[in-house]
Amino acid sequence: MLRYIIRRLLWGIVLLVLVSALTFVIFYVLPSGDPAAQRAGPKAGPDLIAAVREQLHLNDPKIEQFGRYMKNVFFHFDFGMSFQNNTNVKDDIISRLPATISLSVGAVIVWLAIAFPVGIISAIRRRSFLDRFTMGASLVAISAPVYWLGLVALYLFADDVGKYKIFPGINSYVPISQDPVKWFESLILPWLVLAASFAAIYARLLRGNLIDTMSEDYIRTARAKGLGERRVVLRHGVRSAVTPVVTILGLDLGILLGGAILTESVFNIPGIGRYSYEAIQRLDLPKIQGTVLFAAFFIIALNIVVDIAYAFLDPRVKYG
Amino acid sequence: MVSKPLLEVKNLRVQFQTADGIVKAVDGISYSVESGKALGIVGESGSGKSVSSLTVMGLSRFTNAKIEGEILFEGRDLLKATDEEMRTIRGNEIAMIFQDPLSSLHPYYKVGKQLVEAIRAHNSDMSKAAARTKAIELLGMVDLPDPKRRVDNYPHEFSGGMRQRAMIAMALANDPKLLIADEPTTALDVTVQAQILALIGRLQHELNTAVVIITHDLGVIAETADDVAVMYAGRIVERATTERIFRSPEHPYTWGLLRSIPRLDVPRDAPLVPIPGRPPSLINPPSGCSFHPRCPYVLESHKTIDPMLEPVPGEPAHGVACLLPSDLRKRIWSELREGTDPAEVREHVQLDELEGAKPV
Repeated sequence: MLRYIIRRLLWGIVLLVLVSALTFVIFYVLPSGDPAAQRAGPKAGPDLIAAVREQLHLNDPKIEQFGRYMKNVFFHFDFGMSFQNNTNVKDDIISRLPATISLSVGAVIVWLAIAFPVGIISAIRRRSFLDRFTMGASLVAISAPVYWLGLVALYLFADDVGKYKIFPGINSYVPISQDPVKWFESLILPWLVLAASFAAIYARLLRGNLIDTMSEDYIRTARAKGLGERRVVLRHGVRSAVTPVVTILGLDLGILLGGAILTESVFNIPGIGRYSYEAIQRLDLPKIQGTVLFAAFFIIALNIVVDIAYAFLDPRVKYG
Repeated sequence: MVSKPLLEVKNLRVQFQTADGIVKAVDGISYSVESGKALGIVGESGSGKSVSSLTVMGLSRFTNAKIEGEILFEGRDLLKATDEEMRTIRGNEIAMIFQDPLSSLHPYYKVGKQLVEAIRAHNSDMSKAAARTKAIELLGMVDLPDPKRRVDNYPHEFSGGMRQRAMIAMALANDPKLLIADEPTTALDVTVQAQILALIGRLQHELNTAVVIITHDLGVIAETADDVAVMYAGRIVERATTERIFRSPEHPYTWGLLRSIPRLDVPRDAPLVPIPGRPPSLINPPSGCSFHPRCPYVLESHKTIDPMLEPVPGEPAHGVACLLPSDLRKRIWSELREGTDPAEVREHVQLDELEGAKPV
């Protein structure tokens, strides 16, 4: 088991190196614009641009640039300074991490809290009104894009522009360290909006898994033992149906921690998603690089966590 | 003294509504079992043998089955019991073991935990530690080697035979009065099969349990059952003691089953004789005798008259549902036993002249 974990961690690092190399190639070998011109700004003359090019070592051989870039990324976690605001990208990302974690983890809790009861009940009361209603509603939730749903939610419930002024709307995010109550209130709408489609996907997934599991022989055995139906469903059925859900949950959380771009942009939450959105809009190369690598890190890390969790969830899985 | 049967199934019917029509899985069967006795139910896939016993366990309640008749367990009709009453009977007074022990055990829980759960389902005041001790005891009782260590294994760490032993231990957890074994050896190696059957037989006598053993394998019946019910298309077509079924069977389907098993007392190159044709549709069963499309001794009238299970003359305990006259059946079987081909037998006994003699 330990050997497996170490091997996975090493592979994870290799993967990160490859992603870094790829971003380097995309941004410095095949740049969409001249980095020096970007850095110098629109009003800079050729002299200034040349000076900036020298300062950024853009005249060095590519391989040297790559070595310097990799060294900075992997040993100093340094992605350089933002072209636009001249701030340190690493510090920017770290300061924006709490908002993204708040949003993602909260949304995960919300969608699981919705998906589990809905999925289980509609699997057991299959073809009932409740099943048909929730599965119909879930189709709507899956089909609704986050940016649309976010605007609708704001229009209906935001305390500034909303028809029913219930929840704080756009720009209301407050760090938890400042005011936990306001932090919580400000995130209610974003959590619900972000969780809506996930809740629907997970409810359908759990329903399908549970329907399959409930026709397994060991469910018949559980009933033949004389267990109550509640225990049969929860301890025997859901226990099996939940395993594939955990896999997908890990991957989804990894993606969200890399930045819930749409939700953060709609609600103007200062997280990593919003940061990468700005970075892309302004072609701020160090920022884009930083966020891409950061997202890759989370996805790879959560992937490893999922694989390890699997060994605990399914005793038949043996890693060596 | 005539002992009262522990289980009495009376005119049980089980139907399933499907998209293609109503499946008459069990079509009016009656049987009974006494404590300490074993009844074998034999038949091919789809004959209704499993469905009828799942219904005794109350497990077909979880499907869309339509159930009629009576299932009297110690005189009380289980079909009228509430779900909660059935739950307290299941695994407690009536227990069941299934065909495939690997898929019948939960893959994510240790064997011991699954046993403890079975014990505590009906003894909620028993502590987990006490139930675990009992679980180890049960595993020892079914001859599982090293039960103290094995109790903490997962099912996938067991061999097929060990898994079935664990299933039997689980079924016996609460000293059931009736044990239903649904094809308990089908998924096992031949050598392990014999061990498992011997185990079931031993426990049946030690614990005075009534056993219903469901199988398609007459060899299993010969080894375990006191009485046999032969099922075909949802009905019992022949019922007798095991000895009579093997010595003087009366139903053409039973003849076919007996002729299709390999024998040591015939030359080795003698071919096995399959029963021609396929099991009948349970949605549109054949008219008349349901076996008539596959019966080598069919007469025109058999296609319209539906035979009842009736006692063989002089043998009140031996029932058979066949339209042929009893003396003729005896002559046919005595020829078949010699290895004569059914078509020739048909000639010899002048079956077709019988048709002309009788008004149709």
